[in-house]
Amino acid sequence: MTAIEIPALNFAALLPLFIVVGTGLLVVVLDLFIADKKSLGWLSLFGVILAAIVGNMQQGGAGFDPAFQNVSLLDGYANFFNIIFLSTAALSILVALGYLGRVGLHRGEYYALLLFATSGMMAMGMATDLMVVFIGLETMSIALYVMSALNRHSRPSGEAGIKYFLMGSFASAFLLYGMALTYGATGSTNFSDIGSVLTAGTVAPMAMLGLGLLLVGFAFKVAAVPFQWWTPDVYHGAPTAVTTFMSVGAKAAGFATLMRLLMVSFPAFAVDWQLAIAVLAVLTMTLGNVAALAQKDVKRMLAYSSIAHAGYILVGVAAATTEGIKSVLFYLLIYAFMNIGAFAVVGVLEQKEAIGTKLTEYAGLARKNPWLAMVMALFLFSLTGFPPLAGFWGKLYIFRAAVNADLTWLAVVAVINSGVAAFYYLSVIVQMYMKPAADDAPEILPSTPATRIALAVAGLAVVLIGILPASLVDMVAKGVFG
Amino acid sequence: MVPTPYYLLLAAVLFAIGAGGVMLRRNTLVILMCVELMMNAVNLTFVAFSHELNDMTGQVFVFMIMTVAAVEAAIGLAILVELYRLTRSVNIDEFNSLKG
Repeated sequence: MTAIEIPALNFAALLPLFIVVGTGLLVVVLDLFIADKKSLGWLSLFGVILAAIVGNMQQGGAGFDPAFQNVSLLDGYANFFNIIFLSTAALSILVALGYLGRVGLHRGEYYALLLFATSGMMAMGMATDLMVVFIGLETMSIALYVMSALNRHSRPSGEAGIKYFLMGSFASAFLLYGMALTYGATGSTNFSDIGSVLTAGTVAPMAMLGLGLLLVGFAFKVAAVPFQWWTPDVYHGAPTAVTTFMSVGAKAAGFATLMRLLMVSFPAFAVDWQLAIAVLAVLTMTLGNVAALAQKDVKRMLAYSSIAHAGYILVGVAAATTEGIKSVLFYLLIYAFMNIGAFAVVGVLEQKEAIGTKLTEYAGLARKNPWLAMVMALFLFSLTGFPPLAGFWGKLYIFRAAVNADLTWLAVVAVINSGVAAFYYLSVIVQMYMKPAADDAPEILPSTPATRIALAVAGLAVVLIGILPASLVDMVAKGVFG
Repeated sequence: MVPTPYYLLLAAVLFAIGAGGVMLRRNTLVILMCVELMMNAVNLTFVAFSHELNDMTGQVFVFMIMTVAAVEAAIGLAILVELYRLTRSVNIDEFNSLKG
């Protein structure tokens, strides 16, 4: 009789994830006994920060071994994405603490769902097996479906929920079919095993088809054209605190998995997917920016702007080099701060659901609330890519990676797009600083301390990364796999 | 013994029927059923490959998919029930208050 060998599971590598899930479960239980939902928010924030600290301490330690029989890996890449997800979660919790109370949505489930979604994102960043990708993706998506539909008495919120749910599960089906065909062609669901089979063998049409379907699935998830049509409706209809969270987190998680999958499993088809991603990038940037120009509602405008930013990030993915990966990591962290900041301001100005988000309602904000107008201008300048703010460096690194990868035409298209984008970002600033407020404009309710902390942190990050991009470049260098 | 390509072809046809249904049908419940059909077509593909390759991974994957599909159905129906209370409709074309 042979002894049963128990494989090393390496629980330590998943410790940050366990902390997030554990806090989520704790919130679910405590929600039954605690009437003050704000304290649940602070508890969640504590859990997220704890997970970030533990994750950072592990860097370079035992965490670098594969966990659970090679399905999950906490390497520098996953660790960097964990930082993105946990910062996103922390800032979103702070934004929600202020926003949910004002619109009468303060429920404990919100924080639990946010933590579960974050754990799904972290699983996606660490995944080195298609099965873990699927579980992580669904953990994230299902929590986000519920969060979008959180406001049960609002039709836009319910519609956002059902649209996101239908489109999301439709996309998941494509993704799964892609996984099934890849498995059939290579006999494995492990990233590196798939990679070695495909590199060794002749080009299998079935694997190619599998890759195509996987790309369709991921394009849905990161809201790339032509699979972007759900995005404006969902981001617009969902409560603003939820939009803040998912516009950054879900996108970053999609890119985390997509990049690792393409670089590790499909280097054999690099020429094909590089072209496909480049075409997606051009369509995504252009459509996002052009559609944003026509928007009258700032929340919806930012939804289109987030589509355009997915396009810029795809430029970095298309480069398919180490430099490209670095530029994407760099951009995603900066994007997290500036986009959360902009949506947080939209949340502060939103008096009741869908009131106070129109472009004309931003008129005269600089007089009524100079601080708020200033941080909003800061985030919008950064989203435009105005030097010396963080967004400028993010764009610069991505475009440089594209040029060095012989994709100069793509970089040129992206630069032209950034120019177009300046029009709609600046139109908000013009409204805030140069137009007088309407006489019947509603009073701005004061923002809560939590929201102010979130705005201050995001604003400082945008300015500091802008002044000292080198500090982040070092951090990014550790985040490259392979 | 039925050869594997037959199963794969059947799965592809089922998947296409499901995808077509999602795009063409207007009743949200029917769309939900079509998504489930697509998921099950994938399950069939996985099982066929698993048998062909003599490898259990595919069958384990099917368990994961079945579990997640059940969760998705529960969440989707819950959202739909809430929306039905507000709109008295399950027709996807009437969920159109978001425009811009």
